[in-house]
Amino acid sequence: MSETLKPTRRTMLTRLGILLNAGIGAVLAVPVVSYLLAPLRGKNGAPYNQWVKLGPLEQFPEGETRLATFRNPVVRPWDGQTADIPCWVRRIDAEKFQVFAINCAHLGCPVRWFAASGLFMCPCHGGVYYADGSRASGPPERGLFEYEHKVEDGELVILAGQLPTLAAQDRTGRRKTCDC
Amino acid sequence: MRLLKALGAWLDFRLRLGEGIREAATHPIPKSSASWWYVFGSAALTVFGIQVVTGILLAIVYVPSAAQAWSSLQVLNHDLTLGWFLRAMHGWASNFMVALVLIHMIQVFLFGAYKFPRELTWIVGVFLLLMTLGMAFTGQVLRFDQDAYWGLGIGASITGRVPVIGGALVHLLLGGPIIGGDTLSRFFALHVFIIPGLLIGFVGLHLLMVLKLGINEWPMPGRIVRRETYLKEYEQLTHEGVPFVPDAIWKDLVFGAAIVAAIGVCAAVFGPFGPKGQPDPTIIQASPRPDFFFLWLFSLLSLLPPQMETPVLLLMPPVAILILLLVPVLSGEGEKHWKKRPVAVLTVLVVAVALGSFTHLASTTPWSPEMDAWSGAPVPISELKGRSALERRGALVFQAKQCRNCHRLGREGGMRGPALDEVALRLTSDQLIRQVLQGGGNMPAYGKNLSPAETTALVAYLETLKPAGRAPAHDASQP
Ligand code: FES
Repeated sequence: MSETLKPTRRTMLTRLGILLNAGIGAVLAVPVVSYLLAPLRGKNGAPYNQWVKLGPLEQFPEGETRLATFRNPVVRPWDGQTADIPCWVRRIDAEKFQVFAINCAHLGCPVRWFAASGLFMCPCHGGVYYADGSRASGPPERGLFEYEHKVEDGELVILAGQLPTLAAQDRTGRRKTCDC
Repeated sequence: MRLLKALGAWLDFRLRLGEGIREAATHPIPKSSASWWYVFGSAALTVFGIQVVTGILLAIVYVPSAAQAWSSLQVLNHDLTLGWFLRAMHGWASNFMVALVLIHMIQVFLFGAYKFPRELTWIVGVFLLLMTLGMAFTGQVLRFDQDAYWGLGIGASITGRVPVIGGALVHLLLGGPIIGGDTLSRFFALHVFIIPGLLIGFVGLHLLMVLKLGINEWPMPGRIVRRETYLKEYEQLTHEGVPFVPDAIWKDLVFGAAIVAAIGVCAAVFGPFGPKGQPDPTIIQASPRPDFFFLWLFSLLSLLPPQMETPVLLLMPPVAILILLLVPVLSGEGEKHWKKRPVAVLTVLVVAVALGSFTHLASTTPWSPEMDAWSGAPVPISELKGRSALERRGALVFQAKQCRNCHRLGREGGMRGPALDEVALRLTSDQLIRQVLQGGGNMPAYGKNLSPAETTALVAYLETLKPAGRAPAHDASQP
């Protein structure tokens, strides 16, 4: 029995065969892994975040906070309704806006605006925010996520495209504009 | 009959499986192991079988596309003959499977069955539990409704808390920048190919070890497991033992059949789970809730102090899994009987009570504001009787400013804040004003949203909220 374990030409060839397979496997792993990591690189070379129109300024009366929706800039044809993203637009005065993500800064549930009390409330774990998005109470550690925005040709435009999470946002600021 | 026998012989001559199967089936087990306590594992396996069959049947209709998944579930529920029943079976069997796996695990733990030489069987079992929970979660995602959508959002938000690579992990989890088609596709692959494939492999390993190492004997107080002697003692027990088939298996069969019947009855009586509202994020009137077995987590997320949340969320799962994996390594020998293992019993009790009460809490969600209470739950008439005009105006402010969403009055309203039926006994008018304007103690400050007149009216009303004949709160610093 021990005799057959001695390295002969055949055992050497077997080892070579195993090595050959391992090598080819390693080479083939490269496309597999990069395929799996594709979601990290944006779609078709386009960055995830792009400027999207929210609509003409008249839609947002001064001193009010309104729900607006936009189509996500990067979509798949089979995304359906999931690519329609809502957000809260607060028009402070003629020029000044704040655009808040719908997703609670705690764990992403949809916050609702209550105009009479000037609060955003979250249905999940009871997070509450003030009208300017800052944290009022409950489990969130920070204020609502905000989208970067500008006014172009009489329309409100925001920089959006990703699900807002603590990772996609600045973790340090209490309310930092989205730099994702 | 003769023909059948001949066919069997023909097949076996070529397959050479009969001998092995006969041996495995009739292998001797300790007499005490043919017990009604030893049926949960096999029942979980039976339910897994149901899941495979019903899962495949659902997959021939279900469309794993974000745009169409929800409507394909509607077709299953309403248009296809008994499609609803298959969905119900799959959903209920999932609940039964998680429950059975948990019960099996507790039984194995309390009976010391994880000790030498069955440590690896336990470790593989821990992975089976994780995969079962993984199937439950991914299954909830495939029921692509509002709960699934926001549940994914919660999953992504938790993932996003991982330091440094959180953002990358979120994109990998979602398969893209948002919850959408790519997300559903990858959860479909997880639920239908990846986890079940692993599950089948691990179940095979688990069973193989049960066969090779033998079913655990009934523990006796004082019968100590020692590495040097255990195998001999166990052999002695099997020597005096009984064959697995038929002495033990009939109990597995009876219990398994009862479980299958119970699943069928639940499915027929209670019907399928959801789908609830469409997975349309613009419908923000949603109150996402997880499925039963994740409710405890929902409670935990609501009750943890904010600063503790990220560490707990990120460290708790790996630590819990590590502890489970280490159980047989740390106590691979010694006493098996629960009567001699008070710490083990206590641990099970504490964990069960904790998870149980968290789950129960989640069914009342006292921490969530009741979003419609301000418009749907008017101040009870009894709380308006005999009030002055100013006080009634205060009641109006109380209602219109959404105070009811968090405060109960007359058993209606949210429970986020304290009920206010007797608030005048607790707070003086000065304290009330300060609390309303500045907030604090988890209450938002209303200073910016109340005019002085509104504040006066509101506080005047709140001061009337006390049982008749009892003195209001008194400021000790005043004479
Ligand atoms: S998700 Fe809003 S409070 Fe938890």
